[in-house]
Amino acid sequence: MNAILSRLLGGKEGAIGLAILAAIIFIVLPLGLDIFRLNLVGKYLTYAFVAVSLVLLWGNGGILSLGQGIFFGLGGYGMAMFLKLEASDPISTKIQTTPGIPDFMDWNQITTIPWFWQPFKSLPLTILAILVIPALFAYFIGFAMFKRRVGGVYFAIITQAIALILSILIVGQQGYTGGVNGITDLRTLLGWDVRADSAKYILYFLNGALLIGVIMVSRYILSSKFGMLLLAMRDKEERVRFSGYDVSDFKIFIFCVAAVISAIGGAMFTLQVGFMSPSFVGIVPSIEMVIFAAVGGRASLIGAVYGTLLVNYGKTVFSETYPELWLFLMGGLFIAVVMFFPDGLAGLYAKYSKKIKFLRRFSESEKVKNTEVLVTSAETEVVPNNGLADDIVKFNVNELGAKA
Amino acid sequence: MFGYSMADIGNVMVMQGFSGLSMFTVLLLMALGLAIIFGQMGVINMAHGEFMTIGAYTTVMLSKVAVTYGFVNYYFIFAIILAFILAFAVGYFVEFIMIRHLYKRPLDTLLATWGLSLVMQQMFRSSFGAKEVSAELPEWLLGSFKPTPDIDIPINGVFVMVLALFVTAGVYIFMYRSRWGLRVRATVQNRVMAGAVGINTKKVDRVTFALGCGIAGIAGAAFTTIASTGPTTGTLYIVDSFMVVVFGGAASLMGTIASAFGIAQAQSILQFFMTSSMGKVSTLLVIVGILMMKPEGLFASKLRK
Repeated sequence: MNAILSRLLGGKEGAIGLAILAAIIFIVLPLGLDIFRLNLVGKYLTYAFVAVSLVLLWGNGGILSLGQGIFFGLGGYGMAMFLKLEASDPISTKIQTTPGIPDFMDWNQITTIPWFWQPFKSLPLTILAILVIPALFAYFIGFAMFKRRVGGVYFAIITQAIALILSILIVGQQGYTGGVNGITDLRTLLGWDVRADSAKYILYFLNGALLIGVIMVSRYILSSKFGMLLLAMRDKEERVRFSGYDVSDFKIFIFCVAAVISAIGGAMFTLQVGFMSPSFVGIVPSIEMVIFAAVGGRASLIGAVYGTLLVNYGKTVFSETYPELWLFLMGGLFIAVVMFFPDGLAGLYAKYSKKIKFLRRFSESEKVKNTEVLVTSAETEVVPNNGLADDIVKFNVNELGAKA
Repeated sequence: MFGYSMADIGNVMVMQGFSGLSMFTVLLLMALGLAIIFGQMGVINMAHGEFMTIGAYTTVMLSKVAVTYGFVNYYFIFAIILAFILAFAVGYFVEFIMIRHLYKRPLDTLLATWGLSLVMQQMFRSSFGAKEVSAELPEWLLGSFKPTPDIDIPINGVFVMVLALFVTAGVYIFMYRSRWGLRVRATVQNRVMAGAVGINTKKVDRVTFALGCGIAGIAGAAFTTIASTGPTTGTLYIVDSFMVVVFGGAASLMGTIASAFGIAQAQSILQFFMTSSMGKVSTLLVIVGILMMKPEGLFASKLRK
């Protein structure tokens, strides 16, 4: 039990990082911001789900998906369909030609609720759909591509094309999806008004708790043997394959996990913002999510959250005051992060915290002579070799024993 | 079939086929540049559409100058050359500043060039305004050609196609029949060995990238004859042109031509029978489906990875 807990928290250092993040989300921000701004932060935190999923997928698995908007959208639309059906009961839609169906369907001369909307009448089925449909879709894409060893650049381009297809499809099928406006005017969740301030607080905290939970689960995944293999696969895929592992299965699995995480973010987005539209599905949002993860540090789960908050804060501030400058800044940020800080904020933190620690240690151990330091470092280098040699000897002995 | 007579369908096929050909030429010119940059160098240039926009704005601006000084009838030739030179120069500069530091990280070139495309879009918006502008076309490009009363073939489409043919031939000669092309292919195949036999691989990279961008500039000049130009024009074509390159098999010139033709025609003809968004969706779906079956593209070089 204790071991599992420490893996969820990511050791002492990880636990501190998580505690700081939790303190910021649950204490500092709610105390310091009014409900309007807090709701905005809640919206950004839903993007952080996608950023976290990209850390798993891209930072640790080396698979760049430019289509995470697909899964964010699937989750968001799933929730929006449920809320929309609840909002369009026969009484509040009695001015329509067909009461009891969503308004945009009525505008598009559709008279019955289409079959794929039917499951979204019940909340348990909706939640199931939000979790299962993205995973199945990701499994399908992943199976088709990773089994054929399509990876890297090709995977990025094809996922991007799928994101484009989905967004065009949603815009084009106005009668079934609400078109370019998306699904709007969402009011209640099982009779509970999601637009009230109290509901916004509750949803914000729920969202924060889910995010922390997702980060902990991701930590658990990354600290397992699978996580080690994921890293190995990112760095030297061939070697992992030659060692007898089926690389494609790992890739499919992590892609599905990332899809589910993104979908949870999408569903929470709909609940907090009150609508869902195709502008959160297509190419631009998908690639923006990548930059959130890159700014925070592509391999750091917590960094991704900070990266998302920082970029979106910048976006809000600049697009309110200097809308022209914003694209320059965003573009510049992309270029600068990729070229000069490939490890993002987390990389900067690691670099400077190490430097500080190093200086502290150095000042403590000033009396130790340089030669001694050299000797100890030489010893630590030799020890693993000895261990390996021992292992080989043992292995041979065992083999001999087995033969005898 | 869909309530049309056979003759109607024939005419629609010819006319949609022709409008598909204009799209084919723009896609082909875009994809040729990308095929050089992506297929040969492995760099993913998401700002490729913006290089096309550079060419388009160059043509528009030159057409305004031409109107004031009265050489509208033959400015277009200069516009093509100038579009190529400007896009080439910007590409050369971008390679020097940015791309050459990222050759070992192909996925990162994708992100960095996406950033570049945002910056370039905003530059276009700041300097030319958010409105779409169109070039003054010379008279010989306007009008249409009518072989039968029901068929209407726009002359600008024919012109653009001839242009694309010339550029394709030029690229072929450059890549496969010139010393430069030999150096480019040598560098792609084995960078270290190419360096060892005295090829300046860095210079080859820079010129190759700039050449791809220059061809995108020509695509922009061609684009002005069929549509108007705005700051975000390039983004409309970027995914399509990547699909063309990947679908055709990244390093194959024939494949690029064939897949540009197929994609443009499929979209154009399907758009007539369905809504335009559904035409695009079904084309893209088919391509993605085929790519999942056959990831190396239609005309891949026989090489096992």
